[in-house]
Amino acid sequence: MHHAVLDHWSRGRGVLHARDGQVKILLLIALLIAVATTPRLTAANVAGYAITVLAAAALARLPLPAVLLRAAVVLPFSATFAAVSLLAGDSQRAAALVLKSYLSAAAVLVLVGCTPLARLLRALEGLRVPRFLLLVVQFLYRYLFLISEQAQHMRLAALSRGGWRFRLAAGAVANLFVRSYARAEGVHRAMLARGFQGETVLLAAPRADWRDWLFLLCGLVLVTALRFGGEAPWTR
Amino acid sequence: MDPLIDVRDLRFSYEDGTLALDGVDFLLHAGETVALLGPNGSGKTTFVLHLNGLLSGEGRLSVCGLEVEKRNLPAVRRKVGLVFQDAEEQLFMPSVLEDVCYGPLNLGLAPAEALAAAEKALRQVGVDYARDKAPYHLSAGEKRRVALAGVLAMQPEILVLDEPTTNLDPPGRLALVEVLRALPQAKLLVTHDLWFARALARRAVFFEHGRIVRDGALEEVLAQFHWDLSSAPTR
Repeated sequence: MHHAVLDHWSRGRGVLHARDGQVKILLLIALLIAVATTPRLTAANVAGYAITVLAAAALARLPLPAVLLRAAVVLPFSATFAAVSLLAGDSQRAAALVLKSYLSAAAVLVLVGCTPLARLLRALEGLRVPRFLLLVVQFLYRYLFLISEQAQHMRLAALSRGGWRFRLAAGAVANLFVRSYARAEGVHRAMLARGFQGETVLLAAPRADWRDWLFLLCGLVLVTALRFGGEAPWTR
Repeated sequence: MDPLIDVRDLRFSYEDGTLALDGVDFLLHAGETVALLGPNGSGKTTFVLHLNGLLSGEGRLSVCGLEVEKRNLPAVRRKVGLVFQDAEEQLFMPSVLEDVCYGPLNLGLAPAEALAAAEKALRQVGVDYARDKAPYHLSAGEKRRVALAGVLAMQPEILVLDEPTTNLDPPGRLALVEVLRALPQAKLLVTHDLWFARALARRAVFFEHGRIVRDGALEEVLAQFHWDLSSAPTR
């Protein structure tokens, strides 16, 4: 069984792992809004946000190089738009696009890296995200690895019999779809056998305590300072 | 004493017309453990899927005195705990504890009671150390036992296990046998694993072409159908 790296990280024992999921999500949202709405990114802004994200990663005891590398997955997307801005002659906007998207991706990675999926889903539910959507995510996450493993096995089987060509790959996709469909039926049957009647009942999520609220308060103060620090009246 | 399971002339065809059950009669009494033997495709799994109403064919079928029909399904599913052949399909919640709580919560237990039932079931099968793990981090043997715990937490009167030793190494099989021996429920074991069947069952039924063609002592059934390969020629 292949272990997803994020899954491995999320089961660590950093300071951030212990904090309540809802509080972490709220802080992430606050940080994302702050980053997105910062009008002109100065070097000080970027440094402030970057240090915050890196410090959070360190508090979560995540391997920094790996976080920085993985956050780069957004770059192909944002770089495309940045290139358009650059061609239009707006180099500052291009830089801001790349930097903002990269910082946001790193922040999201830190959250996902310090919160196991089960707790993340429960926290999202607490924040009124529709349960149906969360169930879809939950099943996707649960069975994604199985399906990709099945695909690997099929590739190996094809290779061992002489080759892996495009036509074969197309057939394999169809085959995987059928198998996934059959598995979905199996899962549904297993749910029915244990009394599923259309509604998923869950255990109550653990509640945030005073440390979580303190953490939220400090975090919000920090994010506000980062966002408005350069514009505060006393610096004008 | 009334039988726990009473099946009379059960018939079932799949949508494509394949006749899967062709008049099955079967009785199970409290405390019994019965091995369901027979070739692949002979109707064993189709039969056990009827026992808690996942499939419904023609004929009479009652569980603990309840007719297996739509209005009784929640009660029947509480009585019959079905452990599927593929544990991956049975463990669909993000953590072991949440998965084992799934059944009790569906039964309408309060969260605290469901939690207590789940913890007890995990202790019974000896995997309480894994309660916070994700299912995909478990070994095949652990998955099987967690799947069993998920069913035990619903406090069934009958346990039905479909090919429970698939993918288990010998220590895993032994551990499963020990767990099952300690459980008081009546058990139905669909299996090709004769070592496993001998460790738990005295009675066996033999399926062929959708019918039970023999119901009797395990060793006699094995002998009649030449089903035992332990005396096969060795090199």
